[in-house]
Amino acid sequence: MITNFILAPILMHMFTAIVLLFFWQKVLVQKIISIVGNSIAFLLCLRMFEMTMSNGYLTLQLGSWQAPFGITFIADTLSAIMVLLTALVSLAVGIYSTASLNESRIRFGYFFIFHFLVMGLLGAFLTGDIFNLYVWFEVVIISSFILLTVGGKKRQMEGAIKYVTMNMLGSVIFLTAIGILYGITGTLNIADLALKVAQVENTGLVTVTSLLFFVAFGIKSAVFPLYFWLPSAYHTPPSAIAAIFGGLLTKMGVYAMLRVFTVIFQPDYFTLVLFSVIAILTLLTGALGTINKKSIRRVLSYLIVCHIGFFIAGMGLNTEWAFVAIVFYLIHDVIVKSNVFMISGVIVKMRETVDMTRLGSLLKDYPKFSFVAALVLFSLVGIPPLSGFWPKILLFQETFKQENYLLLAALIIASFVTLFVIVRIWSEAFWKESPKPITEEIDHFESFPFSGKIALIAPIVGLAFVSLYIGLSANSFMKLSEKAAYEMKNPEIYIENVLGAKQ
Amino acid sequence: MEKNRNNERLDRTILRTSTNYLLPLLILFSIFLLIRGHYLSGGGFVGGLVASIAFVLHSFAYSPYQTVKMFAIKPFFVIPTGLIICFLSGLLPVLLGYPFMSVVWFADSVVVIGALGSALIFDIGVYMVVIGVVLTILFTISENT
Repeated sequence: MITNFILAPILMHMFTAIVLLFFWQKVLVQKIISIVGNSIAFLLCLRMFEMTMSNGYLTLQLGSWQAPFGITFIADTLSAIMVLLTALVSLAVGIYSTASLNESRIRFGYFFIFHFLVMGLLGAFLTGDIFNLYVWFEVVIISSFILLTVGGKKRQMEGAIKYVTMNMLGSVIFLTAIGILYGITGTLNIADLALKVAQVENTGLVTVTSLLFFVAFGIKSAVFPLYFWLPSAYHTPPSAIAAIFGGLLTKMGVYAMLRVFTVIFQPDYFTLVLFSVIAILTLLTGALGTINKKSIRRVLSYLIVCHIGFFIAGMGLNTEWAFVAIVFYLIHDVIVKSNVFMISGVIVKMRETVDMTRLGSLLKDYPKFSFVAALVLFSLVGIPPLSGFWPKILLFQETFKQENYLLLAALIIASFVTLFVIVRIWSEAFWKESPKPITEEIDHFESFPFSGKIALIAPIVGLAFVSLYIGLSANSFMKLSEKAAYEMKNPEIYIENVLGAKQ
Repeated sequence: MEKNRNNERLDRTILRTSTNYLLPLLILFSIFLLIRGHYLSGGGFVGGLVASIAFVLHSFAYSPYQTVKMFAIKPFFVIPTGLIICFLSGLLPVLLGYPFMSVVWFADSVVVIGALGSALIFDIGVYMVVIGVVLTILFTISENT
């Protein structure tokens, strides 16, 4: 179905960003505009998701230039899921940041950059053109540089410089890979590439190019040897920024990998083995990194790395059920990861630190908040009725069926370490007696006005309910993931929808 | 020392006099570029650069403070205005039922300019964004030195 509506969420965020520019120095007006813009964009994304579910693919040839010459925008089930998740998380983080950020940061144009970042994410999920994908990646990266460095202290700059360097390198490799691909096929449209790459006789060159894409997206999604920038960059910025980074930015790399390795390249034996090896190493190193960390934020950063391994493991299996597990895990992971970072931000507001050894007795002082936090933290582990359980068990089953025991072992170890670490956060920060008496000066949270408290807590509770809902009605989410996985395993439908039935 | 200062004043006089003539000429030329572009299509970006060069020249000859005074609004606010114009020019074909960013041509051609399409509106937006960005950067730097 050809429709302009596919661009509506992107344009809504762009429009919000532009309107925000008019109110550069007015903090309160910016907050209101941002919340309104986010809400409308969320409703548009919901409508788009519904349209994709009822009509199948949505496509748009930008500026009436027909594919493969112009830029195509296309939404399949996977894109629609990602767009809806982005909208949900950006709404939650947008509300959260109105209270959690200080005024000087907002005066630096925080909301403008925030909406620009979300616009880039949505564009990356919806585009059907590999070069356009690169452009959206750049939009996201430049916005994230600014968010990371604004108001930079020395510690923050160190992480930001690693982040900038690694992502620049990733962009260069990405662009090189696009160049080679254009050289051997003469096209940039993803659907058209799928047809042309299949006809290229030099399969070695195709494999090398596909691995260049893997390295480029691997840097962005932080897989095994390339992840070191992430833990040093993600624990320094304010938690609202870390929430949107932790939830969505690495998943953009995963999404691009899924798109490229299902539509353009069909992975051969060598690539699959490589995926499995990388997955095992990512799972183990990420898990090991969490164990000796004292700061909650650092633990969570390493957990991002560890859980990226689940996606790569699914890609290494390359079966339809593995893809079902990946998509389901993606839904769970985006919501829960951004939520845990927001929770860590509230803890900072309560106790001025995220160092586990100096925290304590949160359960006694804030029982309701602690209950919600427990719900979210244990969703991350995947205690049965909560959201993480179903995709993990699905992935375990599929790995067992494919007799990839080494991978299975790594997955189980990673899951157990996650459990161990989360239990430790729970017992250290929430349960145990506080090592020093809590004075009133530290407790910023109590000094917030009522609306500020609502803005901090409501997004966390909302996302916690969403993850609870995912766990409890896993059946419908399973059906959704199956639909997405079916489309990923049958790229012909995608190609037909972009290029028309003339093939 | 005294001689140097005299020289400086002399230099400024030449620069100021020529700027008075060059400023309107450069802006006229930038509007010509905006409408003509490189090879017949619109040239919002080059046009914007030439126009901002005109203002840069003015700020060299006089002072950045006096250049800012020529604007009724802060140059910063030219950026979102231009962006809004670009945005609306993309949205115009959507209202008529075409894909986003398609070029819509008006039925009658205008005297002197010729056929008029939504691409020109987009270019005017780009023109304003470029002027806004260049001048904002320039004035921010000169304020701080």
